[in-house]
Amino acid sequence: MSGSKTDFTVADGFAAAWMLARREWIRFFRQRNRVTAAILQPLLFWVLFGAGLKGSFSGAGELDFMQFFLPGTIALIVLFTAIFATISVIEDRREGFMQSVLVAPVGRWPVLFGKVIGGSAIAWVQAVVFLLLVYLFGTASIGWTLLPMLLLLALMAIAMCSLGMIVAWPMDSTQGFHAIMMLGLMPMWLLAGTFFPIPQIGEGSSTGQWILGGIMRANPLSYSMVELRRLLYPQIDFASLGFAPSPAICWMVTGVMALVTTAIAWWLMRGNRKVDVIV
Amino acid sequence: MTKICSVRDLHHRYGDHTALAGVELDVSAGEVVAMLGPNGSGKTTLFRLLCTLLPIQQGTITIDDVDAKTNPLAVRSRIGIVFQSPGLDKKLTVDENIACQAALYGLTGDELDQRRDELLLMLDLTDRRSDLCEKLSGGLKRRVELAKGMLHQPPLLLLDEPSTGLDPSARLSLWNAIRSLADSGMAVVLTTHLLEEADKADRVAILADGKKIAEGSPAQLRGEMGQTIVTITTSDTASVLSILRDEMGLDPTELHHQIRLHTESPKSLLPELMDRLGDQAESISVGKPSLEDVFVAKTGQSFDAAIEVSP
Repeated sequence: MSGSKTDFTVADGFAAAWMLARREWIRFFRQRNRVTAAILQPLLFWVLFGAGLKGSFSGAGELDFMQFFLPGTIALIVLFTAIFATISVIEDRREGFMQSVLVAPVGRWPVLFGKVIGGSAIAWVQAVVFLLLVYLFGTASIGWTLLPMLLLLALMAIAMCSLGMIVAWPMDSTQGFHAIMMLGLMPMWLLAGTFFPIPQIGEGSSTGQWILGGIMRANPLSYSMVELRRLLYPQIDFASLGFAPSPAICWMVTGVMALVTTAIAWWLMRGNRKVDVIV
Repeated sequence: MTKICSVRDLHHRYGDHTALAGVELDVSAGEVVAMLGPNGSGKTTLFRLLCTLLPIQQGTITIDDVDAKTNPLAVRSRIGIVFQSPGLDKKLTVDENIACQAALYGLTGDELDQRRDELLLMLDLTDRRSDLCEKLSGGLKRRVELAKGMLHQPPLLLLDEPSTGLDPSARLSLWNAIRSLADSGMAVVLTTHLLEEADKADRVAILADGKKIAEGSPAQLRGEMGQTIVTITTSDTASVLSILRDEMGLDPTELHHQIRLHTESPKSLLPELMDRLGDQAESISVGKPSLEDVFVAKTGQSFDAAIEVSP
């Protein structure tokens, strides 16, 4: 009486990924506190830090700190939401939902795609909602750069989600995830020119500046941030203001970051491993 | 009958620990087979190997003519799995949970709607289909799990400890569902550590220490134990045992403060026992052998004790 389907095409895989992505959405909107926190927290961050540090900030040309910190806040929204969306993989595993997903004939990659598409879409929409608020406040103005900015945010969201999957997949507790987040992901965000400018390095720079500047230049997120800032304030010439790689380089680094993180996550997820049977 | 599942010479090790040591199992269409064993007997390992969660180290598993080692993805579409731990997304409704499962098995559109309606009706879930799963009782949840497992009409359904956490009436309706599935031609394999649950299966395979120690229908297995079992309850086991062994030449077994005797002729044995034991026996009862007696006879260990001792 076998009525089961036995040939699985790539289209089936995408259908499954789409369903899992929709599941992320449904779950997100059914948890009201997640929705509120996701919008309010960065807003609070931005207003408090922005207003508090306004007076003591210099080093980004005509931008005051509220303006300088704005792209950083957007990056924070993307980072936090994307990563919190992927923490759910640990809950899925603990609640047993993941078990039935892992034994599905469709294979593993739709699981990854579902999480990444679902999680990054949530992150992306939140970033866009925040942008709208910013336009309403009048801190930045809408221009043609909005379109490439939306694309850039999508790439960043995908990269952050895949990064979240790389961290979350081998873990069996959310505590472990938080530890990694505080030790790895927060510094990655802080050292991307989000909170303070990337120091110029050259003759006369101190060792500290060399180290800090070097780390920040090695951080792929820095490149996304430079481009994001450029797209948010197209009227300002950033070339004269410290670290400013060309748009081509920024886009390339962001794209490669999204590809590489997704590839690593996919590589981690294939096959049978011990964590698969943890209940 | 069509053979659906065949396990040959299956071994599995976790490091130095041997979990399975050469297990064989055959399951045909329309049959309900229970794998009975205490924790640590290897039944969970066998279950995980059958559902492709663990890679096969040694031996073969063939499901519906597909080799599980070389082609696990193809095997997955031929098995429906109901895990012991709840696998529902609590934030989704019954309908949404089933739709998720369907997408993973390549089932969409009208086919999904039709199959879902059928299953919800069969499992008596239709009026709860829009409820969030976190609001369902344990029995209802298990029935949704069952619906998920059967959604793609697999030839083989695997259930891990299906009765765990269910009240008696929920167990009954679960078993009715399992029985009607088997009647429709599905092969069902379930693991259990409950003797009364194994008793409901068509065939029982008893596992202990990674080996299959007995197999047959519950009636067959009990039949091997002789017609009748006499159970003697006493506070002075030692002296009763010595009377039975030394004076009467019987072969009693002791099982948590009870002494058991197999006999073909209880009518003649009972008066003699009452005569010899007198007040030392608190009670003497006569009954049919149970699967527990089978387990004790094969392993020399009480089933309950085996459950308590094993990790």
